Amino acid sequence: MNYEQSTKHKAQNIMKKKVDAVIIGAGPAGMAAAVSLRENGIKNILLVDREPVAGGILQQCIHNGFGVHHFKEELTGPEYAERYIDQINKNKIDLWLDSCVIDIEKNQDDTKTVVVLSKERGINYINTKAVVLAMGCRERNRGNINIPGSRPAGIMTAGTAQKLVNIYGYLPGKEVVILGSGDIGLIMARRMTWEGANVKAVIELQSYPGGLNRNIVQCLNDFDIPLYLSHTISNISGNDRIEEVEVSPLDENFEAIKSKSFNLKCDTLLLSVGLIPENELSIKIGVKLDPVTRGAYVDKNLMTIVPGIFSCGNVLQVHDLVDFVSEEAKICGASVAKYINNKLEKSKEIPLQKRNLVRYVLPSKVEIGKPALLSLRPMHPAKNMTLTVKTNSSVELFKRKYKNIFPSIMLRINIDVVPEDTEFVEIKFEKE
Amino acid sequence: MIDKYDVIIIGAGVIGAAIARELSRYHLSVAVLEKEIDVSFGVSKANSGIIHGGFHAPPDTLKGKLVVPGNRKFDRLCEELDFPFERNGELMVAFSEDEISTLQFYYDRGKKNNVPYLEIIGKERLLELEPNLNPDVECALYAPSAGVICPYEYCFALIENAKQNGVNVITGEKVIELKKNAGIFEIKTEKNNKYSALYIVNAAGLFADEIARMVGITNFKIVPRKGEEYLLDRRVGKLVKRVIFPCPTKKSKGMLIIPTVDGPVMVGPTALDIEDKVDFSTTRDGLKTVFNHAQKLVPSIRSTDAITSFVGLRPAATSNYSIISKFFSIIKSFTGTKPEYIDGDFIIGRTTVSGFINAAGIQSPGLTASPIIAEHISDALLKDGLKLEKNPAFNPIRKRKVKHLRSILDEKNFSEVEKLVKENKKYSNLVCRCENVTEAEIVAAIKMGHTTLDGIKFATRAGTGRCQAGFCTTRILDLIHQETGIPVEQITKKGPGSEIVLTPLRKGRDG
Amino acid sequence: MKKELICINCPQGCNLDVEFDKEKIISLEGNECKMGVKYAEEEIFHPVRMVTTTAAVMNGFIKLLPVKTSCPIDKSLTLNIVKEISKVRINAPVKSGDIIIKNILNTGADIVATRTVGKIGSW
Repeated sequence: MNYEQSTKHKAQNIMKKKVDAVIIGAGPAGMAAAVSLRENGIKNILLVDREPVAGGILQQCIHNGFGVHHFKEELTGPEYAERYIDQINKNKIDLWLDSCVIDIEKNQDDTKTVVVLSKERGINYINTKAVVLAMGCRERNRGNINIPGSRPAGIMTAGTAQKLVNIYGYLPGKEVVILGSGDIGLIMARRMTWEGANVKAVIELQSYPGGLNRNIVQCLNDFDIPLYLSHTISNISGNDRIEEVEVSPLDENFEAIKSKSFNLKCDTLLLSVGLIPENELSIKIGVKLDPVTRGAYVDKNLMTIVPGIFSCGNVLQVHDLVDFVSEEAKICGASVAKYINNKLEKSKEIPLQKRNLVRYVLPSKVEIGKPALLSLRPMHPAKNMTLTVKTNSSVELFKRKYKNIFPSIMLRINIDVVPEDTEFVEIKFEKE
Repeated sequence: MIDKYDVIIIGAGVIGAAIARELSRYHLSVAVLEKEIDVSFGVSKANSGIIHGGFHAPPDTLKGKLVVPGNRKFDRLCEELDFPFERNGELMVAFSEDEISTLQFYYDRGKKNNVPYLEIIGKERLLELEPNLNPDVECALYAPSAGVICPYEYCFALIENAKQNGVNVITGEKVIELKKNAGIFEIKTEKNNKYSALYIVNAAGLFADEIARMVGITNFKIVPRKGEEYLLDRRVGKLVKRVIFPCPTKKSKGMLIIPTVDGPVMVGPTALDIEDKVDFSTTRDGLKTVFNHAQKLVPSIRSTDAITSFVGLRPAATSNYSIISKFFSIIKSFTGTKPEYIDGDFIIGRTTVSGFINAAGIQSPGLTASPIIAEHISDALLKDGLKLEKNPAFNPIRKRKVKHLRSILDEKNFSEVEKLVKENKKYSNLVCRCENVTEAEIVAAIKMGHTTLDGIKFATRAGTGRCQAGFCTTRILDLIHQETGIPVEQITKKGPGSEIVLTPLRKGRDG
Repeated sequence: MKKELICINCPQGCNLDVEFDKEKIISLEGNECKMGVKYAEEEIFHPVRMVTTTAAVMNGFIKLLPVKTSCPIDKSLTLNIVKEISKVRINAPVKSGDIIIKNILNTGADIVATRTVGKIGSW
């Protein structure tokens, strides 16, 4: 349906609006992008979120550890969010809550139409020059990982449990097993224990923990909660409610060694098995996704392959620190402003080739004659590695030694200006 | 206090529901007793939803006799009862010479069963119809009269219409005692409630043998036959237009590719005889098996496309002392009398206990045959002495209370969305983002009595999408609480024992 | 005595090797900054932790107020502190930074609101 031609919908109750930028998601990424847009002179902004409050996932992350880089103080999630909510209010940026984007379409004149279903305002058609995708992630669930066994109540993702405990005020269960040692799982191990539950174990597929070391200490060790590395849950039993899980060690091929399995009785299983960028809308409008990050392919301006559609935050790549999300979103906002003013320049782009242990690097291209800020993760933990970025003519653009690298800790590096005549740039880890 | 009825139907799955609706055509007092907290929570909830063409079933069985007449009823049924039905057709594909002769066998069988428009089509036409099929297919048996429905929407529609017409449907009532006393059946339930009826219809699915045993009928046993099915992400698209079957095995019709009426593709089911009537577990082997078979039919299917899986238990009927009864069957057939029934066939009709009617052992093509089975049951009741006086006030029409936003959005019919929002503001509150389900639909489902997460899932599809209820669970809990007053800690997934949360924190607070 | 610790001061989580006797730290290796020294001493002799939890809010836009201790407290008291906070009922409006409980369990730390909750009737 071509919205430009939908003039027959002239009935009074239909809301049509024209803006310069629509930002989908008012979490830390969306809010930082909005503030950055305003700082760069763009006035007509619409920030949309499907929750009844802004702040995104931060509102349920009541623990601290946020803002150490960005605000130089340690804040809880809600405090970090409030810093930006205050800025949104101060700048009088248009914010629609309880509002869901149900469709995006490209128009003939390069503008986009964003269709919003809003609890208060009904259905609205927003014509905009630019769109910022800042929808964050959903959690990987049992259906994705196919744990064999029955389908009783008492199984949920760690994030849902966090929402139930911290926002709605309900304890999901008393005898808890957690699958996955990512930060969300570790944080919930502590949270549930503090609220009176007995967390019996955290089970981790890999041979190394998924979350930060500090969380192993203050969420597991403090409570003597055992962490089983290189293990999985090979079966779930219980008819109406979960009663038991079967835990099995894994061999080198990640196959369960059933002969060595043991059972843990429980009434709750929390899954902390990864985040998936919520890009269903992005796919709808033709944005190409990187199968490794499951976020959009973007250039150094954080623009996707669809002109005028940008991406930042967790929906672009899963971040571990919200501080980096804010930084990324700020850069994004500046680029979007340039785009709106037709000032977005793009010099020749050349590919970044990842080698040796680099799981992904974002953006995947760099521009001739410009420096670049890159985000990357290694494939597995390693000690004493050197990260180098070199051109095909062996010009070194970056070099640094790392005592320890972890897949769970994103690296952000600034590389030097890419010389003219460069054909490609290589990024890799090497043992010292 | 004893609740008295003319007829009590035990079981509110698709069969019990179809019978209830059928009986509501007459001046009768009818009740349905369902042990689960909601209808369609037993065998019917895991049904594949296929309305079969009818070439699978042997012609000398009830299955074979009832499948085509049942199939024919669905156009009218979906009009009267307002549930989605697509007559998209089914294909049984063959890869080899052996399989081609299997196709011929089923073609002949289909002809005997009066399957309309049945034909065997060649490779070229087959790949034109279904371009995503394995190019190694040779030919296929094509039954354009087959179709797909959503089995629980069908069940809900039947129940709602039955209720409209005066049937009393009581859920959460498990029959633990059934006796015949002075010509009347007396029932006691687990909750200690008492009911009595002149006639009993046994539509108790997996437990039909146990109910029958209560009145002394012991000549059949229900063996659960487990089937695992996997649901693929909508993003994969409609890989096939029609239901795709391989050539069948002894145990089952094989593992299929099913383009469900709601959109996502389903693959499976497996078939495994088990002991435990409550074993709803999926297995590693099941996953491997299903996807190996699925990929043979449609090579582009990946197990990573699966967003969830579930298990169904088919109630396969076998004679209790199968060797002896088979022996008697052979003797009887020699002497010209029909054997009591054939192993694995439907067990429907009158029994040695007058007034007790069986509608048991209804596995595939039970869903397809359901409207005819219902008619057979009312016929059996008539023969057993029940007076069937037509009720002129019977209203066959049941309309869905609310429209589903998802299908309207799929068509990008935004003007229709505008209309809906104007009529009912609750349409503007999107609760399940993955399946586009709004507060309007969920509240309507709650008002219809679906107060569990599974019940709402079946009624609206909320929670069946790619995030598997990650986003909507807390919102649905809130809505159930708001509409019914049930404390959040008492709201369940599928009935008592499956509560979602354990305790409220901070007692004495707001809300 | 020797012990291996992981510093929890910041997300870096340095692996520390500590040698100590009954009264003081003898040697420390592995810290990337000075905070590691302070952490090692505290963790060996008087471990402390920050507590973050929720308290009930009455008449607020939301039902639960996220709170934190104003500074780290004696590690052995964390569960008791969470219990104490769970008994409190706060009336909206509350501002982020407001002191909800002063000097909780005599630790010298206050319980501080970490979210601004406006007054609204129903949930």
